[in-house]
Amino acid sequence: MISRVARRRLQSHVMTGLTVVAALLALLPLFAIFADLVLKGASSLNWDFFVRNPPAAGATGGGVANAIVGTLLVVGVGGLIGLPVGIGAGVYLAEYPHTPFARTVRFVADVLNGTPSVIAGIFVWIWVVRPMGHFSGFSGGVALAVLMLPMVTRTTEEMVRLVPQSLREAALALGYPRWRTTLQVMVRTAWPGILTGALVAVARIAGETAPLLFTALGNLNFKTDLLQPMQTLSLQIYVFATSPFAAWHRLAWGAALVLMAMVLVIGLLARAVTRSRLTDG
Amino acid sequence: MRGTTGAGRGDVAFRLILTGLAALVPLIFLGLVTQLAWSAWPSIRAFGFRFLVSGTWDPVAGEFGAGPMIFGTLYSSLIALVLAVPLAVGVAIFLTEFAPQWIRRPVGTLVELLAAIPSVVYGLWGVFVLIPLLRAYVVPPLQAVLGWTPLFSGTFFGNSMLAAGIILAIMILPYISSVSREVLAAVPSSQREAALALGATRWEAVWSAVLPYARPGLVGAVVLGLGRALGETMAVVMVIGNRHELSASLVEPGYTMAAVIANEFNEAAGLQRAALFEIGLVLFAVTLAVNAFARLLVWRVARDSAVGSTAL
Repeated sequence: MISRVARRRLQSHVMTGLTVVAALLALLPLFAIFADLVLKGASSLNWDFFVRNPPAAGATGGGVANAIVGTLLVVGVGGLIGLPVGIGAGVYLAEYPHTPFARTVRFVADVLNGTPSVIAGIFVWIWVVRPMGHFSGFSGGVALAVLMLPMVTRTTEEMVRLVPQSLREAALALGYPRWRTTLQVMVRTAWPGILTGALVAVARIAGETAPLLFTALGNLNFKTDLLQPMQTLSLQIYVFATSPFAAWHRLAWGAALVLMAMVLVIGLLARAVTRSRLTDG
Repeated sequence: MRGTTGAGRGDVAFRLILTGLAALVPLIFLGLVTQLAWSAWPSIRAFGFRFLVSGTWDPVAGEFGAGPMIFGTLYSSLIALVLAVPLAVGVAIFLTEFAPQWIRRPVGTLVELLAAIPSVVYGLWGVFVLIPLLRAYVVPPLQAVLGWTPLFSGTFFGNSMLAAGIILAIMILPYISSVSREVLAAVPSSQREAALALGATRWEAVWSAVLPYARPGLVGAVVLGLGRALGETMAVVMVIGNRHELSASLVEPGYTMAAVIANEFNEAAGLQRAALFEIGLVLFAVTLAVNAFARLLVWRVARDSAVGSTAL
């Protein structure tokens, strides 16, 4: 009897131990990747890295100024299109949740959320790049907007639905029209949450590459014209990592470190917004 | 409420604007499906069902088949699942059942941080860290022992199914573990308490009371991870080797549907481009079915969680 209990206890301890091992193993690649990013990336960071353009194939020196500016522009276009549309659609879903149309939109948004990002690239190639006749930073932004739209829609909906209905009823009872109630009471109360969702979505699209391959295309020159092919950090990393040149490999690691830092800063900002809501009460 | 007053008219206009914005979501979906099917039509008509099984990819002869890419997509995702599922579910069990309270949040956040790393950075790491590691320490001993099996036969050049599978496993791990955590946390504590009251050890309570209750949701989490793996593009295209050939060997290069689109779309024209559109259509349909199935399963356990939209 005693040995049977002891055996069961032992089994419990062993299995618990195995889940600890699983947690450690899961964290291993995270630390490995961050360590490599810092070790291999930090050494390429210098003044030139931020203000110069890439060197010719095989040459050394230079930087990724074109890609940093391109990332900001393309992600900016994506956010300018994707955020208003996504927030509007999300507010619709929260305000009229039970109409058949709302159910359809919700379902389609969930479906699109799981769609591979490369498909968004094809979509925008068909609808924007082909009619325009050439690749452009603008079409890259549209691809990112398509990608973030379902995410922003669903998080906005969730955040607005968290606002107590009693607030709405109070506003309506005071004679507020419905639209002002929605905007000035419901959306305003939910705003920090909506903002967090928006920032998380921006962080997600900032690192995307696949949808930009057939839209923004990439460009080794410095361009701020959104109608021209445009470089982003992600595209730059792809091109440089798959090239045979050591100087480009070093730039790729530096670009990866900068991109990762960008994504993390936006992510931390998103968390800070949520926290400020909690402390404000 | 909806009178002819100014407020009423404002409400109507407001609702119209919101409806218009919301309508863009299904419109994008329709525009995607119809145009994808339309653009793929030349390939569908030329090759029919053969397209899905044929292994020929010959732009010169105008003969295309997606067999190796479909196989490679499924194979690399399967490798990823085999590696990631035990780890991810283990992490989820640790964090919801065993870990002390103060450890749960930081460790959970760190694991989910894996989902914040851009795909192309995984690819970069795969090319310059993982593959050299595999070449130096992992594949030679594996081949020495298991080289006679079809799984490890052939020459290892670095870019391979194995490298793609490992990278994919790391990438889908945070998704599976975060949804599994939600599912396990949604299991009523009465399940655990009942088992513990009957004298079960903590592991027995998890194994016999918590996991069976959570099973559909856990399967949903795994299927959701599968959906991610099937559509993953950049990391795969950088490490899988991009070869239009079908091989069961882990150490040989392969191809996936997403990778071939990323790699060849810009250079393709005519029938080849139509073939790539058809691959896109197949990939879209498969991920759609897989994701819908996953959501259904997770909803059965954790009804209110917005699966997949939470992780950073």
